Amino acid sequence: MPNFIINGIPVFGEPSSSILSAARAAGIHIPALCDHPVLEPIGACRICLVEIEGRPKLVAACVTPVEEGISVLTASQRVLETRKAIVELIISNHPNTCLTCTANGKCELPSLCSELGIRRPPYEAYNKDKYPLDDSNPFIVRDREKCILCGRCIRVCERYAGYSAVEFQGRSSNTIVDTAPDGTLEDSDCVFCGQCVQVCPVGALAERTAHGHDILWETNDVKTVCSYCGVGCELMIRVHPETGRILNIESDYESKTALNKGRTCVKGRFAWGFVHSEDRLKKPLVREGDVFREASWEEALSLIGEKISGIREKYGPDAIGFFSSARCTNEENYLMQKLARAVIGTNNIDHCAHL
Amino acid sequence: MTNDFESIRSSDVIFVIGSNTTEAHPVVGAMIKERVAAGAKLVVCDPRRIELAKYAEHYLRHRSGSDVALVNSIMHVIVEEKLYDADFIESRTEHFEELKELVRSYAPEKMESVTGIAPEIIRSVARLFASGPNSAIFYTMGITQHTTGTNNVRSLCNLALLCGMFGRAGVGVNPLRGQNNVQGSCDMGALADSLPGYMKVVNPDAAPKVKKMWNADLNPKPGMSVAPMMDAAGRGELRALYIMGENPMVTDANTQHVSHSLDELDFLVVQDIFLTETAQKADVVLPAACWAEKDGTFSNTCRAVQRIRKAVDAPGEAKADWEILRDAANALGADWRYETPSEIFDEIASFVPSYAGMSHERLENGPLQWPCPTPDHPGTPILHTGKFSRAGGRAQFLPVEWQAPHEWPDEEYPFIATTGRSLYHYHSGSMTRRSATGEFLDRLYIEVNPEDAGSLSLADGEMVRVTSRRGTVAGEARVTDRVPPGVVFLPFHFGEAAANNLTASVWDPTSETPPFKISAVKIEK
Repeated sequence: MPNFIINGIPVFGEPSSSILSAARAAGIHIPALCDHPVLEPIGACRICLVEIEGRPKLVAACVTPVEEGISVLTASQRVLETRKAIVELIISNHPNTCLTCTANGKCELPSLCSELGIRRPPYEAYNKDKYPLDDSNPFIVRDREKCILCGRCIRVCERYAGYSAVEFQGRSSNTIVDTAPDGTLEDSDCVFCGQCVQVCPVGALAERTAHGHDILWETNDVKTVCSYCGVGCELMIRVHPETGRILNIESDYESKTALNKGRTCVKGRFAWGFVHSEDRLKKPLVREGDVFREASWEEALSLIGEKISGIREKYGPDAIGFFSSARCTNEENYLMQKLARAVIGTNNIDHCAHL
Repeated sequence: MTNDFESIRSSDVIFVIGSNTTEAHPVVGAMIKERVAAGAKLVVCDPRRIELAKYAEHYLRHRSGSDVALVNSIMHVIVEEKLYDADFIESRTEHFEELKELVRSYAPEKMESVTGIAPEIIRSVARLFASGPNSAIFYTMGITQHTTGTNNVRSLCNLALLCGMFGRAGVGVNPLRGQNNVQGSCDMGALADSLPGYMKVVNPDAAPKVKKMWNADLNPKPGMSVAPMMDAAGRGELRALYIMGENPMVTDANTQHVSHSLDELDFLVVQDIFLTETAQKADVVLPAACWAEKDGTFSNTCRAVQRIRKAVDAPGEAKADWEILRDAANALGADWRYETPSEIFDEIASFVPSYAGMSHERLENGPLQWPCPTPDHPGTPILHTGKFSRAGGRAQFLPVEWQAPHEWPDEEYPFIATTGRSLYHYHSGSMTRRSATGEFLDRLYIEVNPEDAGSLSLADGEMVRVTSRRGTVAGEARVTDRVPPGVVFLPFHFGEAAANNLTASVWDPTSETPPFKISAVKIEK
């Protein structure tokens, strides 16, 4: 295992590890933007530049492997000046709309500027309205003016979603992350799994539901399991602490308990609007002729008791059937078959497994 | 699934049949693609050219309804060329001679007229699958939703047994289950012939167990499953039905028949989160909490039991299904006092041996895969490692002959209609159509092959009408070679244009599953 030195402190690194991951393991902070815990490093943003003493060039810590005996400086004057210059270039080409940005609070640029002592963009490079907002689909809003070209979305799409919906397009200052030139996400391979939104470090990608809502710093997060197909993806429901309504659904790439390892599909991440749908059933209903009227629980349940008991008495327990639900919990399925067998006395119980 | 998701990382050959994985189980689709990118070989068998076919070493567009013929012809080659795992067959199986005898008459040259697949492709696939070293089978409803569904599954099990593809990472017979908790519903005994934990109702130990655990007398007669119950309702034999969280008016076969049957009932209770097409026919509708509004557990397709947790409050007076069921049982004379799902789970653990080592408390630390018989048992990611769970510990070959489907194209109904799931929707659409996904895809579309569209002068986006002996439905044509000539595909999520108007209420004799994948139809502009 290579021994080396970071900022004068002896450090051990796994032979295959990068300077960045060895430094983090040793509790030494190196800022980075394009880096993401579960994505292959690509050395795109250059924020993690460090100096190896005795070598002429600064190197990106995320893609430079550790070597026996090297001495790394993460915050030398040369490193800090270069790092600052890079971030200044990024924010000079970034719209100054933080107050209304949906990424406010999660954006990784403010703390980086703060750390490097940047108070305002030093240059006027930002070309307003160069790229129109793409809000042509109901899931993801793309604001390419805010893109910092870290390529996390490209990598998560390829590595985790299994698609290549977006790529770097164009050259030099005209480089953007896009589908086919001038295309929309809908015209691409995109399947709207939304994993790109989750890894975006700025506001270039956002859930459409994030627009038009207040910006929250504190949310109630509840870990649960998706209710759609049988894969059983672990999800995080983020809830507004005051209204009690769902804000969005995320996943955790580093979760030790997630069978999906952070992956999601469009339904798991985006198909939750029904929860707060106006036409949810809110009271028991009892039929009167061709129409329903609202009833109390007491009335509805005693009607069930009376009618089903009557049918049981007249025709026997096997004249009654139960459809349980693969959408409901184990506890609920257990109770329904117990209701059929132990209370009514019939085995007429099934669910959609036979469909 | 016999195996877990982690197992996919050890597969060398992945054999996907009757599963549009990237649309119906997208996250597993991504896992399969990841493994193929790392070098595993993929075989895809599906009449529809699904997305996974793009990544396949061999894509077999076999004819709808020819699955047993296809798999038997693969096994014919494996037997003929002696590519099978003789040690595994010798030490862990029974009735190999019967299989050998049966597949003898399934030479791929002979089966080509049934399957539509060239013999040399069958031979290559047979060699690839048998050579593994680790070959895994994945299937879904394209296998089960036929009148021969059980035989389709048996033939896949035969194939895996023949090549010794059980009991270790990278192999297995892996049905991807369609619903979040369909595995759990079965485990919990929401089945007409089984108690929780799969003890058959007719097992002599069943009645004493029910007496002891529930202090009740078990009805010795197995009940009816969904489709026969619907039939019995139509005949007036079933008088009352209590439906929780299902919408058969959209998702069951033959919508007209379902509608008639529900109308015939004396009393219908529907417990749901919306006034679905089915709830509209009810006498009493009970408002339920949805998944985000309650605690409990789901069991996924690889037998992993996981906690779900309440995140938001249910609207109005809606209650969790377990609370409603408790109250309904009490209204029917019981004295149930369950106060928490955790307490109900403890009762499950005492009833079901494979859940005996689990509790909500333990599941806080993460999923556990059954069997998990004791509190210190780590769970079972892979089944059948040492022996099979039959008396004697050996698996049995169950050789099956190919049978033609219940209905085949003829002069009047010259096309096959096949139904399935779209990536953007889920079943009757009551949830997804009220979410962002509903905005994205808001109406029925019907996939039609360009050749067929040409002969009808049908353009992409024009309305097309599909009619079977049961009923008719119209939707926008999507002209695409995803479907082969002679086949149309309809997603079944749209109640106002329900694909199940077309399907037949007949079923597989063992599983009692209707044939959603095959209906003879005609198509008109």
